[in-house]
Amino acid sequence: MEAAIRLQGLVKQYDDVTAVAGLDLEVRRGECFGLLGPNGAGKTTTVEIMEGLTVPTAGLVEVLGLRWDRNGDELRARIGVTLQETKLFEKLTVEETLRLFRTFYDAKRARDVETVLREMQLGEKRKAWVQKLSGGQRQRLAVALGVMGDPDILFLDEPTTGLDPQSRRALWDTISALRARGKTVVLTTHYMDEAEFLCDRVAVVDHGKLIALGSPAQLIDDIGGHHLVELSTDVPLLPEAVRDVAGVRSARAAADGLALSIGEPHVALPALFTRLGERGAKPTRLVSRAATLDDVFLSLTGRTLRED
Amino acid sequence: MNVSPLIALTMARIREFTREPGAVFWTFGFPLLITVALGIAFRDQGPPRQAVAVVEGPRAAELAAALKDDPLLLVETLPADVAATRLRAAAVLLTIDGGGDVSAPVVYRFDPGRPEARGARRAVDDRLQARAGRRNALSTRDETAVARGGRYVDWMVPGLLGMQLLSGALWGTAWNIVNARQRRLLKRLAATPMSRGHYLLSYRLAGLLFVPLQVVVLFLFARFTFGVHVQGSLLAVFALSLFGSWSFAGLGLLCAARAQNSETANGLVNLVTLPMFILCGVFFSSGRFPGFVQPLIRFLPLSAFNEALRHVVNDGASLASQGVPLLILLGWGLVSATVALRLFRWT
Repeated sequence: MEAAIRLQGLVKQYDDVTAVAGLDLEVRRGECFGLLGPNGAGKTTTVEIMEGLTVPTAGLVEVLGLRWDRNGDELRARIGVTLQETKLFEKLTVEETLRLFRTFYDAKRARDVETVLREMQLGEKRKAWVQKLSGGQRQRLAVALGVMGDPDILFLDEPTTGLDPQSRRALWDTISALRARGKTVVLTTHYMDEAEFLCDRVAVVDHGKLIALGSPAQLIDDIGGHHLVELSTDVPLLPEAVRDVAGVRSARAAADGLALSIGEPHVALPALFTRLGERGAKPTRLVSRAATLDDVFLSLTGRTLRED
Repeated sequence: MNVSPLIALTMARIREFTREPGAVFWTFGFPLLITVALGIAFRDQGPPRQAVAVVEGPRAAELAAALKDDPLLLVETLPADVAATRLRAAAVLLTIDGGGDVSAPVVYRFDPGRPEARGARRAVDDRLQARAGRRNALSTRDETAVARGGRYVDWMVPGLLGMQLLSGALWGTAWNIVNARQRRLLKRLAATPMSRGHYLLSYRLAGLLFVPLQVVVLFLFARFTFGVHVQGSLLAVFALSLFGSWSFAGLGLLCAARAQNSETANGLVNLVTLPMFILCGVFFSSGRFPGFVQPLIRFLPLSAFNEALRHVVNDGASLASQGVPLLILLGWGLVSATVALRLFRWT
C-alpha cells in the first residue's frame, strides 16, 4: 500500500535559519506517527509543510500520493489540521464554530455535528462561547474541527502542550479512538510519555535532522536496555568497576555516582550487589526504572528534551 | 440544511460584531455623540453677537450708551490695559477709545486680518456716526433668506456619514482580518477547503448589511434633533452609502493584506483615515486648502463620497448627475481590492 506521506530531502531555509536540514520520512497509512524533538527542532515547520501551509525550500512532499502544488484543493479536503495553540472565533459558540467549519467540506463527506460533539465530549459546552472554554476544552474543539471533514490524515501539532494531566489523558483517549477508526494520525510533541502512549512509530528530530526512527520500544531497545539504574556509593566507584557485571550493558559516570543500563533486573541487580560487596562499597542511593524515550533522546544528543 | 459557506461566514462575522458591545458603540453610538457635540457647538443662535470694548475715559459712558442697544454687539467698558489684553486674546474684536475730550478722534483698534473684526468696526462706526447726526442718503430695506439645507449642521451631517462609513469599513475589515492572522486563525482556515474568496467577501457582505442601519440611525437622529432634512431621494442616499462603503472596504483589505499584528494595522488604518478626515471636508470645507491641492483632494475617495452625498442630501441632486465622484469611488474600490488580493498573506 502506498504511503500516507512521503518526504524526500526536505529542506526549509528561512533568512538565516535552517529549520529543516534534509529530512527523509515515510508515514504509513493507518498508523499514528510521532515527530519528537525539543523546541526549535523543526517539528512544526515539517508538519506545516505536510499540511501545505509552508512551501519547502527543496525536497519532495507527497501526501496521499498527491502534491500540494498541483492538488492543493483536493488535499485540503482530505486532511484535518490542529495547529499549535489555534485561537478560534472567540465570540462564536462551540456548536456555531463546528457548523461553520462543516460548511467548508463536501456535504457527503462532512461529519455530523452531533456525533462530533459527543465524540469530543463537548456536548455540555455546545452553547458556550469559545472564549469561555478551558484549555482542555479549547484543545478538544480544535481536534473536533480537525476531524469535521472526516479526514484521511489528521495532523496534531503539540496537542496537549499546556494542558493539565486530566485533560491530557482525556485527549489521548480521543486520539487513540481516532487511530482505532483507521485514521492516519501525525502528531508532534516534546512529551516522551505522549509519544510512547499514542504512537506506533516515532521520528526523533533535532536541529532539523532525523536522528532516530522506529517504534518507541525499538528505540528504547536500541540504546541497550529497558532499565536504567542510578547508583551512588559511599566509596566512589569508576564505571569500569561494574561494566563487566552480568546483565549490565553499559555504565557511565553520572552527577553523583554511576548510571547503568541493564537488560534484566533480576539478573543484573543481585550480581551488582555482589560486586559492590567485593569492592567494599555500600550503596547510599539506588534507583531502578524503566527506560523512556527521554533516555533515548539523552543518549542520542547528550541533552534532555526540555532543555531549550 | 446545507448552508453555503459564504452565508455561514457572513453570519459568523455578524455574530462576532453584535456580540462585541464596544464595536456596536463605535459603529452606531459614537457618530451620534459627534453629531450632538458639533451640532451644539455650531447651533443657530440667531446672528452671533460680536464682543467689543469701550476703553474707560471721559467719553466712555456716552459711547457705550450709543452702542448698547445694537442687537449685533456685546459692549463692555474696560480699563485701557484690560481692554488691550482682551483684544490680544481675541476675547473682544475691537476696542473703542474716545480719547480725552470731544475734539479728539475716536480710535478703533482691531486686527484687519479678521473679517469679523472688520465687520464689527463697520457696525460700531455706523452706529456712532448715526448717533452723531449722519443721515443715510439712500433708502434701503433688508429681507432675510435662510435656505433649507444651508446651515452648518446640514452641511456637516453627510460628511459625518462619510467619515463613519470610511472608518467602519477600514476598521471592520483591517482590524479583524489582521487580528485573525495574528491569532493564526487565518492559517487554520487556509488549511481547510474553504474558498479564500468567500472569507474575504464575507467581510464586505457583513459590513454592507450594517450600512442601511447606520444611515437610518444618523439621519433620523439629525432630523429630530437638528431638523436636518434629506432633500434628494432616500433611495439614492442608501445606494450611494452602500457603494461608498464597498469602495472603502477595498482600502481596508489593502491595510490588512500584509500586516502581521494589530498594532501595524492600527497604524495603517490611521494613516489612511486621519488625513482624509482633515482633507476631505468632514468638519470644515476642503475649499480652505490652497487651490493647487484641490484636484488631489477631490480625487480622494472620501471627498468623492462627501461631494456626491451632499449634492443628494442638501441640493436634492440625482445620483445620475454625480458621475465623476461615482467613477472615482469605483476606481478606488476596484484598484485597492485588486492590489490587496495580490499582496494578501494567509500565514
